[in-house]
Amino acid sequence: MSNKRKVVKLTCIVCPIGCEIEVIAENGNIISISGNKCPNGEKYAKEEVFHPKRLAFTVLRCKNGTMPTVAVKTSKPVSKFLIPSIMKYLSNVEVSAPLNVGDVVVQNILDSGADVVVTRSVDLLECNS
Amino acid sequence: MYTYDLIVIGGGASGIAAAIKAKELGVKKVALVDEKSYLGGVLPQCIHSGFGLVYFKEDLTGPEFTEKLVQKAKKLSFDVYSDTFVFKIIYRDYFEKLVYAVSKHGIKKLKTKTIVYSAGCRERSIYEIGVVGSRPSGIFTAGEAQTLMDIYGIMPGKNIVIVGSGDVGLIMARRFALQGANVKAVIEIMPYPGGLTRNIVQCLNDFNIPLLLSHSVLRVIGKDRIEEVEVCKVDESKKCIEDSIFRIKCDTLIISAGLVPRVELLEDLGISIDPLTKSAVVNDRLETSLPGIFVAGNALVVNDLVDYAVEQGEVAAQGASEFVFNNGISAAQWKKIKLNGNIRFFVPQLISGERDVIMYGRVISPEEKVKLEINEIKKEISFFRVRPSEMIRLRLNKDELSSVKTKSLTFSISKRSE
Amino acid sequence: MSKARVAIIGAGIVGASIARVLSRYENLEVHLIEMEVDVGWGVSKANTAILHAGYDDDPNLYPNRAKYCVRGNYLWRKWTKQLQIRASWNGSLVLSFSEEDEEELYNLLERGERNGVKGLRIIEKDEIQKLEKNASPSATLALWAPTAGQISPFEAVTALVENAVENGVILHLETKVLDIVEDGTRVTKLVTNNGEIEVDWVINATGLYADYIAELVGGSEFKITPRRGEYFLFDSTAEPKVSRILFPAPKPKSKGVVVTTTVDGNLMIGPNATDLPEEEKENKETTQEGLEEVWINASKLVKSLPSKSKVIKTFAGLRPEPTGGDFIIKPHDSLLGFINVAGMRSPGLTSAPAVAYEIPKMLLHLGARLVLKKNWNPTRKRIIRFSEVSNRRKNKLIAMNPLYGNIVCQCEMVTEAEVVEAIRRGARTIEGVKLRTRAGMGRCQGAFCRAKIAMILSRELKIKPWQVRVKGAGSEIGVGDLFSLLHE
Repeated sequence: MSNKRKVVKLTCIVCPIGCEIEVIAENGNIISISGNKCPNGEKYAKEEVFHPKRLAFTVLRCKNGTMPTVAVKTSKPVSKFLIPSIMKYLSNVEVSAPLNVGDVVVQNILDSGADVVVTRSVDLLECNS
Repeated sequence: MYTYDLIVIGGGASGIAAAIKAKELGVKKVALVDEKSYLGGVLPQCIHSGFGLVYFKEDLTGPEFTEKLVQKAKKLSFDVYSDTFVFKIIYRDYFEKLVYAVSKHGIKKLKTKTIVYSAGCRERSIYEIGVVGSRPSGIFTAGEAQTLMDIYGIMPGKNIVIVGSGDVGLIMARRFALQGANVKAVIEIMPYPGGLTRNIVQCLNDFNIPLLLSHSVLRVIGKDRIEEVEVCKVDESKKCIEDSIFRIKCDTLIISAGLVPRVELLEDLGISIDPLTKSAVVNDRLETSLPGIFVAGNALVVNDLVDYAVEQGEVAAQGASEFVFNNGISAAQWKKIKLNGNIRFFVPQLISGERDVIMYGRVISPEEKVKLEINEIKKEISFFRVRPSEMIRLRLNKDELSSVKTKSLTFSISKRSE
Repeated sequence: MSKARVAIIGAGIVGASIARVLSRYENLEVHLIEMEVDVGWGVSKANTAILHAGYDDDPNLYPNRAKYCVRGNYLWRKWTKQLQIRASWNGSLVLSFSEEDEEELYNLLERGERNGVKGLRIIEKDEIQKLEKNASPSATLALWAPTAGQISPFEAVTALVENAVENGVILHLETKVLDIVEDGTRVTKLVTNNGEIEVDWVINATGLYADYIAELVGGSEFKITPRRGEYFLFDSTAEPKVSRILFPAPKPKSKGVVVTTTVDGNLMIGPNATDLPEEEKENKETTQEGLEEVWINASKLVKSLPSKSKVIKTFAGLRPEPTGGDFIIKPHDSLLGFINVAGMRSPGLTSAPAVAYEIPKMLLHLGARLVLKKNWNPTRKRIIRFSEVSNRRKNKLIAMNPLYGNIVCQCEMVTEAEVVEAIRRGARTIEGVKLRTRAGMGRCQGAFCRAKIAMILSRELKIKPWQVRVKGAGSEIGVGDLFSLLHE
């Protein structure tokens, strides 16, 4: 590895404030992080430089529900490079109502360590006979 | 006829929060009326995170935020009328307002002492932003596309152009990209983005979606389905620069060109409207010019954080409870807010000086190293930067306001001298 | 009794009026053929919607226009009642701003009297202001035409077609006439994308395409050029409105930009007049310059217009301008059985009923036998508008059908029951629902209701939600289900 000094400017996305953070790294080690207004920003910057992660969100097809879809997310941030594969995987998943917020619909998706959990409850559609 | 102390119209975040707060403050008979079958307004279709950092101290998705709010509401006793559309309000007198609503059970006529109006906002249409050309299918507002996708599971198109870089437009750019569409550009007429920086990063940069600043969509081309849009560069006065016109092929055009408070029912009552917010003129309890009628959330001012909408719901509920228990909102004299310099608006427009007040405002254009001054109370707040996309929220407390003898308070934003 | 088969090509206001009139005869089998997915989507859909009094058209230059307009205006009074089509007979004012204009008003007065227009008067400033308080105070004189009125043209077409179909007319939608077969002396068959239709009579009421259809039977002596007009439509709450129809003194090419209030209560201004090449029969594009022209000219007629922020829609319509400028209402010179009803530019909407009654006369003259039906139904009921009825009636409607309790379009307060009824009556698209119910015609222009309407159409038509069409073929609301692109 080259003995190179790397200066990375980031906009923090942890919260809507959007701090401009400057990360200085050398040989793959972080030397300094500045510009963040909170510790979450520092944590974000460390990850963002070497292993950027995002939460993934989408909806799934949902049978027998009061809504035709159910909203889901990954239970924790996953590598941002894995997200397209997650979306593709989830496009083939169909679930059934009723579902409640927090229900796990896919465990450890694509070995990411994150589960896919329900974020919007769907009630069972009562059929009027 | 049902009689209430408070009827909240609109079951989005600010409406639910208002009903909860009113119950917590001891208001007895409270009703929440909402036109949808589910509560939360637009939140349940905002499936991304970023909600609730202030109110719940947690980063939640829109539907999770709603769920938490609804769970909180369920612990309290108030009437919820879902699938119920309010079509008329009558101001009978100081203590009596009538609310007419329609549902599958017929027309309801509800009597109430106070109203918190929190019916949200609507999106500006393609006609309101002066785009000419044909009117084929494939043109949607951002919120409409969101409903189609994340409520009904319909993919509106493959090749997408988005007009407007406000947060809604940016979030939809990412949403389309995640579902495999080709988002060809986000077009913004201003020289700076309309949305939060974090959304530029995670919605556009993550997906290599080009953001064309100082560009405008001029014309739509296509017969049955949109085929192309004509785009040009604009100068500082937003005029099209000659020879800069080009076309982008697309099958879908998403309009995300701003939101307008929905206060038609209140306008019918003849309340005073502030041309700057296009909503009601309100006092520090968010009461309109008609006593006992309060406005909160995006119906009052288009917020960029749901937490602000919730906060306004709570302030309005505080007002409603004072109205119910004290027969009105007291003020020896209402002081007018006057604006100066780089300010688009501030609400509330009237303050009593007798209690704390939370002010919400926006600037006209981005600026760095500025100060907000309120001369009458000798207050000065410095900002490293201000942007039209970022609401300014500040609390003025009773103590600093109590000394003011003038009839108005002047807010001015200007460059800081170095 | 063997029936003569009549094919009317084109289900616009003219074709629909003819269909209604011909549906009165026992011994006719009437086919109404429309290339679009719905009726009334051509010239009839986007125009000024005025029932003219009939003073504009010079009987020497344009004898058909002069004759049919006055008669049509009279007939609409009866037809709108029979068919429950909303119309307002609020009268028009032609305003003058110069001596030249004033001279033109007197010309119009004289012409109108020759055409048989009732009640025409030249009035002065104070009376102008009395009749229309938003009329420009600079107007020196005005021609007051109390018989002019306002109609909803789309509602008129659907009403006419519903009534015609009720009386036995066969409607063919999405059916494009590709060829017309003849046996040397008369027409025998229509070739369409949906098969062949044997015919004895063909009536060409195809608006902008009348020259193309006439060409199919050889040597059309006329061309139809599209004349585009652009409009602004204001929110129903936008003030000030006008209570009369305001015209400027006319120019040779058109009656000028009009300021009027539609039957739905929206202020509308337009049109300008841009002649397009003959082949641009679908070019309904608005332009920056055109809209500016409309705004400037409309401003001259009134004290003030509402703010531009109150505009909820801009649109363009096309008028079918024929060679020679007059309506072409006559049988083909040599081929028996082919009748042109073409070039129905303004005042085509007003004239339609009068022109329609001309067709049976023409058929008789050409040797057809016509026997009136004994049980012809002259009436049609309109879709109940929930927003227009009293609260007591609203409650009754909901008790009868709970779908009346579900508001689909908030801006115009349109219920699910009305949407379902529109579909039952033939709406197959979001546009069709909108034009029949006003769902999506308010200030949000459908952003709140289009998805809901798509879901209702999907349910009622038993198609996938994304297959629901907004307008014509190729205008599906989606490209597939939400996951379709991820599977590609």
